[in-house]
Amino acid sequence: METLTLAGTSVDVNAEGYLTNMDQWTPELAREMAAQVNIELTDKHFEVIHWLREKQREGVQLSIRKIGNSGLVDIKQFYALFPGGPLKISSKLAGIPKPASCI
Amino acid sequence: MKKILILGAGTAGTMMANKLYRNLNKAVWEITIVDKDENHYYQPGFLFIPFGIYQPKDVIKPKKEFLPKGVNFLINEVEKINVESNEVFLQDGTTLFYDVLIVATGTTPVPEETEGLKDKLWYKDIFEFYTFEGSTNLAKKLENWEGGNLVINLAETIIKCPVAPLEFTFLADAYFTEKGIRDKVNITYVTPLSGAFTKPKTTALLSKLMEEKNITVVPDFYLQRVDNDRKVLVSYDEQEVPFDLLISIPVNKGDKAIQNSNMGDEDGLNFIPTDKHTLQHKKHENIFVIGDATNLPTSKAGSVAHFEAEILTENILSYINGQPLEAKFDGHANCFIETGYGKGTLIDFNYTTEPLPGKFPFAGIGPMSLLKVNRANHYGKLAFRWVYWHMLLTGKKLPVSTTMSMAGKIVEA
Ligand SMILES: Cc1cc2nc3c(=O)[nH]c(=O)nc-3n(C[C@H](O)[C@H](O)[C@H](O)COP(=O)(O)OP(=O)(O)OC[C@H]3O[C@@H](n4cnc5c(N)ncnc54)[C@H](O)[C@@H]3O)c2cc1C
Repeated sequence: METLTLAGTSVDVNAEGYLTNMDQWTPELAREMAAQVNIELTDKHFEVIHWLREKQREGVQLSIRKIGNSGLVDIKQFYALFPGGPLKISSKLAGIPKPASCI
Repeated sequence: MKKILILGAGTAGTMMANKLYRNLNKAVWEITIVDKDENHYYQPGFLFIPFGIYQPKDVIKPKKEFLPKGVNFLINEVEKINVESNEVFLQDGTTLFYDVLIVATGTTPVPEETEGLKDKLWYKDIFEFYTFEGSTNLAKKLENWEGGNLVINLAETIIKCPVAPLEFTFLADAYFTEKGIRDKVNITYVTPLSGAFTKPKTTALLSKLMEEKNITVVPDFYLQRVDNDRKVLVSYDEQEVPFDLLISIPVNKGDKAIQNSNMGDEDGLNFIPTDKHTLQHKKHENIFVIGDATNLPTSKAGSVAHFEAEILTENILSYINGQPLEAKFDGHANCFIETGYGKGTLIDFNYTTEPLPGKFPFAGIGPMSLLKVNRANHYGKLAFRWVYWHMLLTGKKLPVSTTMSMAGKIVEA
């Protein structure tokens, strides 16, 4: 396990930089992590991030499709918010584990 | 009489009918199984049909050959399940009551989900091989195809037999090489995953094979639409991949009866929320789900359905005897992967352990090599057809442990 110090606090992360304890997450931390990948977080970003955290707590297996069906954003908008790998990036910023693929 | 109703007589439903028939008190329990199709298809054989390795007759047999005489077999389409009243409505207007319901309706490709996929190029320059119709049509196409850009694309990450598209790609490389036109064919594998596969050790092996075989992998490509006029795949983030011949693995969905019954999960793919250890429905205790119809986080494969059937038989017996469901499924999957030129590899894993190298013990047959390409694994794959028709479907015991075993596996420090 490694430690990441951002926004004045230290959090535990794994080798890929995902938080290992989602309760250490703060909005400020998300902002700083986002800045490192050149994303400025808007309210819409935070809506998605909060939704991801809520689903993670419910134990839901996350997918791009579920976010597309969430009513928050469609898949195209999701890609626009988190360019590249939207689910991987948004999960990292939400302080939850990298979504596992089941196969 | 009390009633057990099984929806779907595919791999999983047929196994359950056989196992329960053997284990239940026939004076008390009546078993009924419903399927819309009178034929059973050996789906793993669809992989070999496009290349002329299997013929249609190798993969079809009448379903009733595999069902015990004492089980009622109805050929009819299930329209809807009413979970409140324990009823199932069939297309011809029949209503069936159940005390215990087993849903085994599987999954099928739905090309209509993606804009432009089932359009004017469908079965002309765009094919799939996940159905009997698709694989036989593709066989005709490949026979006369003279080369160009061959693109294999997965439209979604949750598909049945996640290794089949890779196997198709390897077999295509061998097929065109043997035909003497490999130099005229560019092969590109376009996937929404971050690599050829998901688990690190398997991805490493498969990526190496892709490279050796001169196959380009385009990762992180999530298909939005197919432009038929320009013959390009377009992703949600506007990447484009041109094709002359597209082999699509369309979005796989659970049956529309599941949608009609409002039983699918939040992916909108009609997969049913199921307890990943007991196989009981998440909300209704007299409903159990098995095979490709579940939303379990493991592969959708015949081998998985087989391991699940062992667990589910125990749990249904416990349930009807009022005992706790003690048998626990661990996500065990075991898949032979064809790699072309008469060779193959083997992976064995579960919910928590990724495929590891080493040896896999087959009682009575001897150990097979894991994550290694060799001839024995190819013969294992071919032997699976015989095992499927003669042992697996009728619920006979196979020489493989139900839960994943670490015996023979090599764990690196
Ligand atoms: C190309 C390909 C290659 C594969 N290779 C392998 C392999 O090498 N190894 C392996 O282990 N697995 C392989 N599989 C996967 C394997 O075939 C499936 O995982 C397995 O068949 C799942 O069993 P099932 O009973 O859940 O679904 P199915 O066997 O698909 O059965 C579902 C049944 O339900 C019926 N049904 C559905 N809806 C209704 C309705 N509304 N009313 C009435 N009947 C209905 C269908 O007609 C069907 O008979 C492969 C699949 C494909 C397509």
